[in-house]
This record gives sequence, C-alpha cells and structure tokens, in this order.
Amino acid sequence: MIRWTKRPAAGLAAGLAGLALIAAVGIAAPLVWGEDAGRLTGAAREGMSAAHLLGTDALGRDVLARTLVATRLTLALTLLATLIAGTLGIGLGTAVWVSGPRIREIGLRLIDVMVSYPAVILALVVAAVLGAGGGAAVVAIGVAWSPSFARLTANLAASVAGRDHVATARLMGVPPLRILTRHLLPNIAEPLLVLLSVCFAGTLTALSGLSFIGLGVQPPSYDWGALLDTGLDAVYTNPGEALGPALAITLTGVLAGFVGDGLAASADPRRARAARRAAAPEPAPRAPAPGVPADALLVVDDLRVALPDGVELVAGVSFAVRRGEIVGVVGESGSGKSLTAMAVAKLLPEQVHATAAALRLADLDLTAPAAPARLATEIGVVYQDPATSFNPGLRMGGQITEALRRHRRVGRADARRRAVRALTSVRVTSPEHRLAQHPHELSGGLRQRAMIASAVLTEPRLLIADEPTTALDVTVQAEVLALLREINERDGTAMLFISHDIGVIAALCHRVLVMYAGRIVEELAVGDLRRGRTRHPYTRALLAATPRLTGPAGEPPATVPGRPPEPGARPAGCAFAARCPRVLPHCADEAPPQVPSDGGGWAACHALRPEPAESAR
Amino acid sequence: MIGLAGASAQGDAPARKRRSASRPWLSFLLRRLAGFAAVLATLVVVTFGMVQLIPGDPAQALAGVNATDQQVGLLRSELGLDRPLAARFGSYVTGLLHGDLGTSFQTREPVADVIAARMPFTAELALLAIVVVLAVAVPLGMAVAVATRGGRRRRLDAAFTFCTGLVGATPEYVLGTLLVLVFAIKLGALPAAGAGSVPALVLPVVAVALPTTCVLARIVRREAAVVFGQDYMRVARGRRLPALTLYTRHALPNLLTGTLTMGGLMLAGLLGGTVIVESVFAWPGMGTRVVEAILNRDYPVIQGTVLVLGILATLLNTLVDVLLGLLDPRTLTGRSPS
Repeated sequence: MIRWTKRPAAGLAAGLAGLALIAAVGIAAPLVWGEDAGRLTGAAREGMSAAHLLGTDALGRDVLARTLVATRLTLALTLLATLIAGTLGIGLGTAVWVSGPRIREIGLRLIDVMVSYPAVILALVVAAVLGAGGGAAVVAIGVAWSPSFARLTANLAASVAGRDHVATARLMGVPPLRILTRHLLPNIAEPLLVLLSVCFAGTLTALSGLSFIGLGVQPPSYDWGALLDTGLDAVYTNPGEALGPALAITLTGVLAGFVGDGLAASADPRRARAARRAAAPEPAPRAPAPGVPADALLVVDDLRVALPDGVELVAGVSFAVRRGEIVGVVGESGSGKSLTAMAVAKLLPEQVHATAAALRLADLDLTAPAAPARLATEIGVVYQDPATSFNPGLRMGGQITEALRRHRRVGRADARRRAVRALTSVRVTSPEHRLAQHPHELSGGLRQRAMIASAVLTEPRLLIADEPTTALDVTVQAEVLALLREINERDGTAMLFISHDIGVIAALCHRVLVMYAGRIVEELAVGDLRRGRTRHPYTRALLAATPRLTGPAGEPPATVPGRPPEPGARPAGCAFAARCPRVLPHCADEAPPQVPSDGGGWAACHALRPEPAESAR
Repeated sequence: MIGLAGASAQGDAPARKRRSASRPWLSFLLRRLAGFAAVLATLVVVTFGMVQLIPGDPAQALAGVNATDQQVGLLRSELGLDRPLAARFGSYVTGLLHGDLGTSFQTREPVADVIAARMPFTAELALLAIVVVLAVAVPLGMAVAVATRGGRRRRLDAAFTFCTGLVGATPEYVLGTLLVLVFAIKLGALPAAGAGSVPALVLPVVAVALPTTCVLARIVRREAAVVFGQDYMRVARGRRLPALTLYTRHALPNLLTGTLTMGGLMLAGLLGGTVIVESVFAWPGMGTRVVEAILNRDYPVIQGTVLVLGILATLLNTLVDVLLGLLDPRTLTGRSPS
C-alpha cells in the first residue's frame, strides 16, 4: 500500500487534461470543421484515405469532421443530463433526509429499489412519455441517474448528521435548512464530486446509447451515438465511420473514469497517507545465547524479524521453552512479542521475514521449509480475537476438525467424535449442536474455547497462545486461563503465552520473558514476578502500572512516561533509556549486558552491572 | 414496504435478528415476497402512469398531428381516456391479473404474444452473459489478487488495472460494434447479426458480458485482497492447507459475499446492456421491440415490455440475494455482513 499516491494523482491529471482537450475540441470543432462536416461530395462511403482519414458517409461527408463536430452536442447533452441527475438526486436525497422519520424510511427504501433497476429501463419509460429526441433523452438519462445521487446524499447526510458538531447545532435550535447548507453539504461535497464524474461517464455512454438505438438525437442533428448508429449500417463499406465515434465515446468515458478514480483516491485518506520510514539502522548486536536447557522443546536463538527495507521489528531474541512449561512473553504493543510468536509458528505476515541462528521445535527445524503436516499438527495456535478468527462462511465443525482430517487423515465421523470430546473437555455446552453452527451463532467466550479445542485436537507439542484473553470479558478470561492451565497439567503441553497483561502472565506462566522494543530485557521465574523481585527498570515500571484492587485506596497506578521508540529509530544501546528513571550517560549508546539474577533469570541493564561502566571500556 | 431492499435495509437489526434467528430462510422468504409484491405494485403504477403523463392530450399525441377528430376520439375511448382515472387504473389492473397486457396499436397483436415471442431471446442473452461474467471475473480477480499479494508484481497490477479500466469503461454497444468490425468483417469468423445458432450467440454475449466482467473482476480483486488479510485466513494458513483449498474453501465464499453485495446490482444492470446491444446484432429480443414501439408510440407494447423487464430485473436481484444468503447466512437477517 506504500507509494500508491503517485498513480491516482497522475491519472487524475491525465483525465482532467484529456477532458479539457476534448472540451476545447467541442468548442472549436463546429467553427473549424463545421463546413467540412456538412459538405456533400460525390465520394460517398469511401474508405479511409489521406484526404478523409476516417472516410466519408453515405452522403460523401467527411466522417472525421463530423465526429469532431459532434463533440459539442455530445458534451453539452451529457453535461445537461449530469446536471439534471445531480440536482434532482441531491434535492431528492436532502428532501428525504430533512423529512420526518416515517417518510424518510419509505423514501430510502424507494430510492434503494430505484437504484437497483437498470437505468436504461427507467430511461426507456421517460423516453416513451416524452417521445424520441435529444431533449427527451437528456431528461430520461438525467432522471434515470438521479436515484444514485439521492441515495448517496441521503446516506452521507445520515452519517454526517450523526456527528457531534451537527447534533450540537441541532440542539442549539439551528433550523434544518441551515444545518443542511452550513454543516452537511460541505462535508459531503467530496464523495458527491466523485459520483458526478462517474455519472458524467455513465450519462455519456447512456445518452450515446439512446441516440445509437434511435431514441436520442434525431437527424439532421447528430451526436456520437447517432454517428455510431449510421456508422454501423455502413460498417461493411467503411469501418472508419463506426470507428470514429466508437473511439470518441470510449476515450471520453475512460478519461472521465480516470478523473473519478483519481478523485476517489485523493478523497480516501488511507491512500493519501504516504508512509515514510527511516533508513535501515545498523543491525543490533547479536544477543548472546543463554544456556539451552537439556530438556528444551523449543529453542529460539537470535531471532530477527525485519521489514523489506531492513528495519528490524524483532532485533535478536533468544529463549527456550522446556517440555511441559508455560513461558509467558509480556510487553507493550509493538514490542515484538506477537511477531516472535508468529515467527515460531511460521505464520508471519508476508511483508516481513524472519532469520534466526536457530529455531527448532524438538527435531523440527523451523528455519528451513518444513512439512505442512508436521507444522499443522505439532504447533497449535490460539489467536487473539475469536470474533474474527473463525471463517464466517463455514460451520464450526469443518473448521475445528480441518487440520486433523487433512493432516492426520482422520475420517469425518472419527474427527467429529474427537471434536465433540475436545469441546466437552473445554466445557462447551451441547458440542454436537455447536459443530453444525456458524461462528456468528456463538458467543465470544464459546468461540475462544472452541478455538482452544481446535488447537489441541491434534495433540500439539507446543501451544502458542497469542493474547488469547485480550478480546474477552474478565470473567471469561479467568475461565480461559484455567482451561489452559488444565490442558498443560493434564497433557503436559508446552505453551508460549503472549500477553500485554502482566497480571494474566503472573497467574498462568512458569517463566516470564519481558520484551521491550523488539528485544527481551528480562527473564525471570514467575515466583520472582509475583513477589515483585523484578530487576529491570522497565519490568518494574510495568508492574507499577498494573492496577491493583488490594493496593492503597485512592492511589492511581503509576504510568510509564513516554512511548517506546519506533522500530526504525531505536538507539544502539538500551531502547528504554529515554524513559528510564535510572538512566546512565552511556545507556543509549551501548548495548546493555545481561546481568544474571538470583532466581535463575537475567536482566539486560547497565544500572544493574556491579562494576562502574567506565572500567568496562 | 418491509424489506424492499437487501443491502441497505437496516432498521431495528437486533429485534429482527431475534425474530428470525430460529428460521432465517422462512423470514427471508416472507420479506422477499413482500418486497416482490411492493416492486410489482410500483411497476404497475409506473407503467400505467406512463400513458397518463404524456404531455398534452395523449390521444392527440398518439394519433399524430394529421389525425381527424374522429380518429382521436376513437383512440381516446379505446385508451379509456374519457373515463375517470381510478376506473382506468382498475381496468388496467384487472387486465393484468387476467394476463391481458392489451393489444399493440401498430400490429394489433396481443402484447402478451409479442412478449412471449421476444422474451426468450433477451433472457437467453442476459443469462448467458451473467454466467460468462461470473465464470470469468471471479477466477480472474482472484488470480490477480493472489499474484499481487503484499504489493508484489506491480507491473501485472498496473496492466490489470489499466486493461479492466479501459474495457470496463467501453459501452456494450461500442464494444459490440468493434467486435463486429474485427470478428465478423475483418476475420469473417463469426456472424454479425441474427439469432438462432450458437456462433451467432458469441459476439452478443461477449459484448454484453465483457465490460461488466472487467468491472466485476476489479471488485473481486479488491475484495480478495481484503479477505486475504483477515484473521481467519491466517488461522487457515496455520492449518497449512494446500493453496487451492485455502483460496476456494476459505477465501472464495467470503470474497463472493463482498463482491455480490457491491456488484450484485450490476447483474441486473446487464439487462440494460442487453436491451441496447440487441440493436447492434439485430437480435430479435425485447430491446429491439421496445425501441420500435417507442418510435411508433405503441404504448401497450411499451407498457408490457417495461413491466416484464422490471420483473426480470427483480428476479435477478432476488437471485443475488439468495446467493448471498447461501454464502453467508448472516445476510438472511437483512443486515449487511460486517
């Protein structure tokens, strides 16, 4: 999505320039070529030649000249029809909006129905009433396009009317008409402008279409549609006669489309925002590998996750998870904890890529391409948001059993039985019925329990839980945590548990990794965390910021001042230096050492180093 | 007027959800039927009003400037213009209920017969075009979305956007004319006009289908890109499914939901393209007939044709809603899928 701004702007400019040129032709052509276009010669229906670039028509008139001369009438009629559509539609839309709720409801429904009908059918009705002719065609097309404007106006007005400043104006007794002109129309001008340009292209082709089938401009007048009609009759003798108006209609329509696309793109702030990133910094020094325990199930050594431009989001992370152990990773948003987990699961977004000195789950090397069946069955993942993590179009059963059936070749009935058992074990009520339901029929808590059941169905070695309780109510959170603990104790499943909530981590995990700005700053046993025996200033700040019901009444939890540095702007030294209460002069420039602590963990901090910093140089 | 429109009918969503939670299809069907009846009533009023709205004296306008007073008077009584409006509307509706759409001024045939002879051709063209549009636009849009995931293959992206933009902006009748020029005249490969044989179908169907295909392919591509970024797609990737399963089973139904919500109206719009394209290929459908009728101010034929075209459009819109309901049961409750 980056660097998209250039193209719509160029398209908009090209479209506007092209339309301006065509408009100039429309103004000048009847004066310059008017005589040629009307001059009868003996050379009827001649093919394309140097004298007549597009040949001549049945009366020997030059087709190119006629096509150019027709520009004026075509554009004038198109503009007129667009004007009618816009005025009528915006008027109708605002009328519906300012009227009472009953009329508004009926009006909106009616507009919906009108929009859902082909404009051509509506145009036929109007043309039938008014008879064939240019004026009738303009009215017909104008009327046929007006519902689109009415709907857009009514919808936009409804959305703008809900905003605070309009509601305030209303409460202050500003009359509706004044609200309309002062507050609503200026706010919806941009989308209406986009629709106007789309409508211009639409009315051009529709008007030309009516002329083409003989219901529009009548002889001796002619627009592009009428020229195309006579050109089609002569198509065997002189293709140029149809080609000229055909190209004129298409070109003008495409240019108007460019303008519409360009306007829409510049009105869309998501595209207008040009994302600029800092230049890639030097890769951070390699984090020294801690001693890998002998019973390590998951080994992660110097894991780095980087954007294509080299900016490291995770800058050298090393840790291990033992069999049967629950390791928690805690940190603020953007600390790289979820990316670390997804790198382990080999489920990183496509824009980023991971490298590691070692990344291994038992005998499965995760740095190399691994067998899909092993990845799918040996790593279970519980995702953050149960509301969006199930496919809304598929039944629960099919999704829960999918990995089991595909990768373990378990039959449908057997998979069903196992799924029912798994759902029962996570205390999902009436599990058979749930399997046949769609995700939207289940509550958030049920969905998350179903997700856990799905993740453990293949009996994975490692369960990765990426903020599994963040999207849930507090009571449901506790249930989910208890479930995970139960699974861990019953099956001995190792877990990597990601959370920004240090309280949740303390309640569930055996060992805790604290991440900050893409690195692990402290590792400690959960007992030390619970007893407050933390050492890194960041961990302490995080603990102090956790609200406690048991703490002194009336005292708000301490906040950590400042924000973490952006991934591209991290210092060479400790990334927490700028916010650290114990900051030393060299903290920001020198990578902090890993200082071991009594409980078997360590903390990366200059301030904890026993000897003075100067002597280390 | 309950549930006239699918996509933007919001109303009291929670209450409706509760009511329809037990039998979503039944309530969907009931709302559809009510909507259909309302649309039908609107169409009847519009087609009836058409004649009444003719500026000046309709009978005089229809008979032409050279008609004698006697001829105008005869026409007036034939149209029932000498009777009060309510009585005229009453007999119009009674006629419709008996399948009597009136008699053509011009040919003296019953309008029902005219439509019976013409409708199969229009329906054939429009339905084939819809099949082509869906069969081409969906795989094409998905393939491009897959190939350009995460900002890859910018050239392909640009080429796709340019080509679909160009062809999508070309009106059906212009495309039809160009197709005739190239395939019928230069290459002589396919017939330029007429109906009844399979080769004669090719150019009209392509002319009607191609612009919509391009527009829809762009929508599919954009929707596919949105779906590929959804959490449930990452979850499905986590199950390490083969690419084909991932894209067809997990992505396709969801991106079709978005595509049909936005592009569904275009399928009914194909009917409009068909009406005009018929003129290019001298296709003996309702489009050419209604044009003829309008030029001759043959009002019974115009009324009947517009009525039938309107019903066809309603059926197509309903078809889209049913498809949406099958793809995503949440749309059955009348809420737009979130």
